Amino acid sequence: MPVPELRLLTGGETPLLVAEGLTVRIGDHPVLEGLDFTLPPSGLTVLLGPNGAGKSVLLRTLQGLLAPVAGRLCWRDGDPPRRALVFQRPVALRRRVRAQLAFALSCAGIPRRARPARIAELLELCDLAPLARRPARRLSGGEQQRLAIATALALDPGFLMLDEPTASLDPAATLAVERLLARIRRRGIPLLLVTHDVHQARRLADRVLFLHRGRLREEAPATRFFTAPASPQARAYLEGRLLP
Amino acid sequence: MDELARAFGLALGLLVSGDRELYGIVALSLEVSLAATLIACLLGMPAGMALALFRFPGRRMLVVATSALMGLPPVVVGLFVYLLLSRAGPLGALGLLYTPAAMVIAQTVLVTPIVTALTRELGESLLAEYGDFLAAMGRRGLRAIPTLLHEGRHALVTVALAGFGRAIAEVGAVMMVGGNIRHVTRVMTTAIALETGKGEIALALALGLVLLTVALAVNALAHLTRLREAELAHARA
Amino acid sequence: MIRWMYAFLAILPLLLGAVRADAGERFIVLQSTTSTQNSGLFDYILPKFEQATGIQVRVVAVGTGQALRNAARGDGDVVLVHSPADEARFVAEGHGILHCRVFYNDFVIVGPNLDPAGVGGLRDAAEALRRIAAAGREGRVVFLSRGDESGTHKKERALWRAAGLDPTAESGSWYREAGAGMGATLNMAAGLGAYTLTDRGTWLSFANRRDLEVLVEGDPRLFNPYGVMVVNPKRHPHVRFAEAKAFRDWLISEAGQRAVASYRVHGVQLFHPDVRCGDMPTPEARP
Ligand SMILES: Nc1ncnc2c1ncn2[C@@H]1O[C@H](COP(=O)(O)OP(=O)(O)O)[C@@H](O)[C@H]1O
Ligand SMILES: [Mg+2]
Repeated sequence: MPVPELRLLTGGETPLLVAEGLTVRIGDHPVLEGLDFTLPPSGLTVLLGPNGAGKSVLLRTLQGLLAPVAGRLCWRDGDPPRRALVFQRPVALRRRVRAQLAFALSCAGIPRRARPARIAELLELCDLAPLARRPARRLSGGEQQRLAIATALALDPGFLMLDEPTASLDPAATLAVERLLARIRRRGIPLLLVTHDVHQARRLADRVLFLHRGRLREEAPATRFFTAPASPQARAYLEGRLLP
Repeated sequence: MDELARAFGLALGLLVSGDRELYGIVALSLEVSLAATLIACLLGMPAGMALALFRFPGRRMLVVATSALMGLPPVVVGLFVYLLLSRAGPLGALGLLYTPAAMVIAQTVLVTPIVTALTRELGESLLAEYGDFLAAMGRRGLRAIPTLLHEGRHALVTVALAGFGRAIAEVGAVMMVGGNIRHVTRVMTTAIALETGKGEIALALALGLVLLTVALAVNALAHLTRLREAELAHARA
Repeated sequence: MIRWMYAFLAILPLLLGAVRADAGERFIVLQSTTSTQNSGLFDYILPKFEQATGIQVRVVAVGTGQALRNAARGDGDVVLVHSPADEARFVAEGHGILHCRVFYNDFVIVGPNLDPAGVGGLRDAAEALRRIAAAGREGRVVFLSRGDESGTHKKERALWRAAGLDPTAESGSWYREAGAGMGATLNMAAGLGAYTLTDRGTWLSFANRRDLEVLVEGDPRLFNPYGVMVVNPKRHPHVRFAEAKAFRDWLISEAGQRAVASYRVHGVQLFHPDVRCGDMPTPEARP
């Protein structure tokens, strides 16, 4: 059912991912139940849903950190693409900014000689150049979030997920992250973004997935989702009266 | 009070005069305990990280065992290593008993559980923070260990210093396997025991002062390291 | 800066080890007692032996019992202890050979100079112990035993037997077992103001006497003979037999005996030469 609609949206391109009946348990507790959805090969998809809906669990599953107990993930190329996940709490190593990026590049298998140029590029892209020599854990929240994004980008991902990257940032830092996301999007990297900020979702989203209590309640183009949500849960959520 | 003052005077005199025997004893103590600490770290740190990282049958037992062995009395370690290295023991043919090597072995046995247990605790807290991140970066299993050791490096220095402190201060194990042989296996603690035995309180006190100085230096180093750790690690808002 | 300090600490053992690399030396391990070590005898005579032969003597000073047990396991080349009965058993069991009695000193009973048990000046050690026990039961004095199976401890038990008493039944009250070497026991006795049995050698060189003094001496039963043996190389092939025998031979030689006789603490001769090899009855009647 969702596939023809997706073709419409993506100009007939093959989706990056088709998930069928995705079910994830943590312990005995079913956290995600029979999710069917697709992700387009480009653009920014926003994953919405109240607290505890299972958004973080879904990202961790797509990253390969959790294994589904049922259902399938069909990636475009068979194998999953190189993926990267920016965690809800940004990871700052006990090193300087440069060194953290160098570490990420070594994880990506970039040879030592090629690293300085890539580091410079990432610092530039994420507006971190003046902070290169600062200890990563000394950065402000916004700076740490941009470093976490730069660290994820160091893997040269073909798919990037971000878990509430602006949740605890002030408006200026939020704007900086949003600008960065727009830049990444323009580079053609497909993005999956979790946020609670409906305005932000409106500003950035091409498409929306709406999750409630472990079930997918709606999957729609952003414009339609925000103007005419189909599911009662999504409507209630947008009006601020949905209980988790 | 008079006795104490006299002993201190003599102690300082010995230290200042650069008594060769005294310095030989101090040098051997440092050599043995540093070597033992180094070996214990090479064994215990990766082992501790592995214990934090992997789930396997018997892991719980190992965790409990290392924690329990942390408090092992040095004489028990000494007895164990003595029975091992004694000519009548399984490793007797090596002829290591009553040599500095035997003392290094005994102190390594003493310190390794400490290093392992403390490293495991550290590893578990690092994993809580970085486990998913490292997995997402493709550093799973054994490949996570170097990164975890690197991220924990400042805390690990404190771990190593704790091990060294235990090694340099113990007397039971080195006495038993070293034999407190003059010029060969006499270290600060065994010399203190001997001089006290002879009633030479001042000499014992002089050695005690050196031991105290070493302990102070070690703690100063630990403190400096912690300051540095604060710069890189504890800066979260 | 800190990094360099740690690097330095890491290689320090190697540096120190290189400085002290004196391997290849000829040496023997001597299992002996705390009394000979603490009295300073070894520090005095061993350099003479080392100079004469080029053989380094590595002394492990423990109690007689432990010295013999260690040697029986092969952890030593030569033994110098003071407990004739144990020495005889050691030889009989085939652990030791070339047994000789080499020198003797004597035991003394020391105690607080106020002497609440009233034993000062007695020449009869058994009678002294009876008085100490009697005063101890009245709670007026404490007797401190080595309690470590050392030669001195064995001698003390023999003296209690001679006095017709078994104080171990009252261990913990007026009779206390230190479980420590001679020096440590003297330190405790000085601290407690207790009576104890000590060899004269350790006593004379002991520096922390406080108000302890010699109260009982001169009883023939306080005689304390030392014996030397080589660990049997047939049992323990790794024993450095030639060097060990060289040490034993030197001790019973005129040079060795002269060295022992000339050792003095505060002008007092501590050990008296007395060589007897082969079958030796245990003479009780020596000064
Ligand atoms: N490690 C875990 N152990 C147990 N339960 C978990 C764990 N992680 C998540 N859950 C549960 O799964 C559900 C979804 O959590 P999560 O995906 O973090 O929600 P959110 O949508 O707010 O990100 C919640 O009920 C949460 O309690
Ligand atoms: Mg979440």
